[in-house]
Amino acid sequence: MPVKVVMAQKILRANEQVARENRERLQHLPTVNLISSPGAGKTTLLEKTIQALRGELAIGVVEGDIYTTRDAERIAGQGAAVVQVNTAGLCHLDANMVGRALDQLDLDSLDLLFIENVGNLVCPAEFDLGEDYKVALLSVAEGGDKPEKYPLVFRESHAVVINKSDLLPYTDFDMNKVQEEIRTLKPEILIFVTSAATGEGLEAWCAWLREIVRHKRFVTG
Amino acid sequence: MHEIGLIQTVMDEVSRVAEANGIERVTKVRLVVGRMNGAIPDALEFAFSVLSPETIFEGARLEIESVPVRLRCPHCGAESEGEKLAYFCPECGGRAELVAGQELYIDYFEGDDGKEDAGEGRDGAEDSARERAGGP
Repeated sequence: MPVKVVMAQKILRANEQVARENRERLQHLPTVNLISSPGAGKTTLLEKTIQALRGELAIGVVEGDIYTTRDAERIAGQGAAVVQVNTAGLCHLDANMVGRALDQLDLDSLDLLFIENVGNLVCPAEFDLGEDYKVALLSVAEGGDKPEKYPLVFRESHAVVINKSDLLPYTDFDMNKVQEEIRTLKPEILIFVTSAATGEGLEAWCAWLREIVRHKRFVTG
Repeated sequence: MHEIGLIQTVMDEVSRVAEANGIERVTKVRLVVGRMNGAIPDALEFAFSVLSPETIFEGARLEIESVPVRLRCPHCGAESEGEKLAYFCPECGGRAELVAGQELYIDYFEGDDGKEDAGEGRDGAEDSARERAGGP
């Protein structure tokens, strides 16, 4: 006979449960989930950030990539603790993958953890990994229409990095308009304008990273 | 996006609850998907059609309720709806909060438990199913 069963269950419930477990494990370690489209400069920004904070903060990186280990090799070349996660075709990292990566890191020896997500502005925004902050990275070369086309990632992010500012003279990227659009989506969002290539703007970005490290130490002891 | 993976999760979860309720065949699955969510209804339906043959979902209907984006202004209480995501209240200009449009959940499913309808206890069956399904 016919039966109706009400579930009212979130499809991503399992991910949310594991994200809570990750958050528990990361309760003393400030964690940034870095999200952008492919080629916006996530890995280069991380390389330059690790260089700038060398000797000051011990940085770990969970490096998401669909197939290769190229980014992880670049990060390891900077002397940071890195764990590679290959998603084998999947378009985002999920909490399970990050949980397994955390098993391979000595979390107590780190001051700051980055999770470099798979290059994609859509799917990573939907998956809580247990991080403290999502940061969306957008590059000048991609064009200024990204906030309007991918609003969720900007809504979910605590900060936005607008990278490749050295290319501004060669594009029609309207910096004021893009920042205004981002603030329409989330008025309190932090915006950093950087060029990982020339080093412009990295000081303000690193100052924020120091601040979140101090903040978490203050909050969790 | 990753609709195949989402539908696989839906099928795993529904199968688990169906089995716990003695349901041998699922005839309908209803999802609720907000338009702010990245999951695309057409791609979910495609994924369902690809994954359902030779499972308890064979021949089942996937129904998707698409929920529009709704905003509520905490300052003046005005509610607004729209496809475009301006997060400011059209009435007073204050910052509006998203109250709907980001959903992604399984509402209910229908199936057949293979038993003869005894003409009684139908509501009771639904209630016990709801309770068993409600836990984590």
